[in-house]
Amino acid sequence: MTAAPVAPDAVEFCGIPLAHRVINASGTFDAIAARRAFGDALLERFPFAAFVSKTVTVEPRQGNPPPRLWEQAGGMINSIGLPNKGLRGYLAEDLPRLAELPVPLIVNVMGFSREEVATLVAAFAEREEVAALELNVSCPNVKTGTIMGADPAETAALLDAVRPLSAKPLIVKLTPNCTSPAAVAAAAEQHGADAVSLVNTLRGMAFHPRRPGEPWLGGGSGGVSGPAIRAIALGQVAEVRARVSIAVVGMGGVQSARHAQDLRRAGADLVAVGTESFRDPLAAARVAAGLEQLEHNFPANSGVSGATPPVAQTPVAH
Amino acid sequence: MSAPAAEGRALAPVGRRLAEVTGFRRVGAYDVVSCDDPGGPPPDPGQFYMLAAAEGWGGDCDERPFLPRAFSVLRRHADGTLDFLLEAVGPGTRRLAELRSGDGLWVLGPLGRGFAAPRQGRRPILAGGGVGIAPLAIWSDRLGAAALVLLGFRDAPHAEGAELIAGARVATDDGSTGHHGLVTDLLHAELGCDARAEVYACGPPPMLEAVRALCADLGVPAQLALESGMACGFGACFGCVVPTRSGYVRLCVDGPVLDAADLDTALVPGAGH
Repeated sequence: MTAAPVAPDAVEFCGIPLAHRVINASGTFDAIAARRAFGDALLERFPFAAFVSKTVTVEPRQGNPPPRLWEQAGGMINSIGLPNKGLRGYLAEDLPRLAELPVPLIVNVMGFSREEVATLVAAFAEREEVAALELNVSCPNVKTGTIMGADPAETAALLDAVRPLSAKPLIVKLTPNCTSPAAVAAAAEQHGADAVSLVNTLRGMAFHPRRPGEPWLGGGSGGVSGPAIRAIALGQVAEVRARVSIAVVGMGGVQSARHAQDLRRAGADLVAVGTESFRDPLAAARVAAGLEQLEHNFPANSGVSGATPPVAQTPVAH
Repeated sequence: MSAPAAEGRALAPVGRRLAEVTGFRRVGAYDVVSCDDPGGPPPDPGQFYMLAAAEGWGGDCDERPFLPRAFSVLRRHADGTLDFLLEAVGPGTRRLAELRSGDGLWVLGPLGRGFAAPRQGRRPILAGGGVGIAPLAIWSDRLGAAALVLLGFRDAPHAEGAELIAGARVATDDGSTGHHGLVTDLLHAELGCDARAEVYACGPPPMLEAVRALCADLGVPAQLALESGMACGFGACFGCVVPTRSGYVRLCVDGPVLDAADLDTALVPGAGH
């Protein structure tokens, strides 16, 4: 047998063939709503190589009371609160629409207990519309959501509970709001995760401009995203890459191909665009095209296993 | 040309496009920024665009503005030129008010759901307040002479904005022009004469709430163009929700025009701050 020829630009992520290396950050693009705004032209110019849907929980959630947004230096704070139709509503209403997208679908799930996560993972195990699952163990908007992803032992226990339930690739979305995301990533890898994605938003808050001391956001605090967190994302991706050999999805403040290239050089296999899509729905397509051009000219550390992490083991003063 | 969507709204081309600012003029306390939009479809009255200056907005070195800003379209001319009405009150509107002919402007739109035609036999009454008069201009153009337009402003310099809608009747808070009082005084009087009307309103949240409450009392249908802080304009961020009787809805895809009957209040937390 001769192996089929592989196109030079072919990308594979956890066994899933992708057209390029740029996907969306969960919760930053609603392909169903965007199709209402842009029509089917969206499908012809779909900007992402895979689509990560917004977090699904077992029960429906209305989300946090408004105001939900605050613009701040170099980005924004959101306090959305994971509104979604719940598992039953997602399966009945959203999944058929998302299956019409021209790219593989990754479903992001979150539970308030291991049992709930297990319910969600099991529910998608046999759905052929779903290419992979992303476990949200890191959303800073919902108090209990931080627990599992902030501690390596909790993450390990979660994976022990859900790994046997599905053959689909499991991606653990890491929280930056903990002592060592790299230690959590290592625990995820040891207990069967196929990939990790990072960073989620960093916890933050803002006060009302005219009512001193009163939180602006309806949810009290929220998650900071955008260019303001780019350097933090780059640092955490490099640290995580130094600890794991599974695939890494890097994200945080990516606005340009150069920013994506930086994350690739820090060890990311894929790059996700989040907040920048709010400013331009085709931002990810622009980033992907530019990244391909840059990597054609200056190849990055490609491949997953054994990539040499360009990270100093001791802090270097500048 | 864009195909009409199944739900009957003008669709936006995918992605933002770089327009050129073709004009800028002061109208009293307001600014009207015009740009070309050769590739864009005609908007429905009440739809909006996300705007961001091509320079000095986001990027690596600018703190704010970072996100684009939502503006109801004031008018679209036959040559495709779009007019937007703004009042420089924050970092975004101040930057937009600096734009002059030849500058670049990112536009995304038309977005959202606009005004629906008056229900059978009802006379359209348009009630606007402040910079919220913008969507009423394009709507009154569409409705023609049948529409009665009532506008409220805080003072005479702001009331100069009334020149954007021919035949509008004006109220000012300080009595310096037109009726001394609120636009809802004018509306109340009109509905008292003939309640077979459909009210279209856009303005600051307290005004919209007064319109909503008045119309609810009198059994008059009303369509309210609301405002809420939004990051994207196309349903991605889930930031612009307002509470309705059927739960939170995203103003960007389910509004900005909502039927007043779906609301318990038009006072949306965070709007008009």
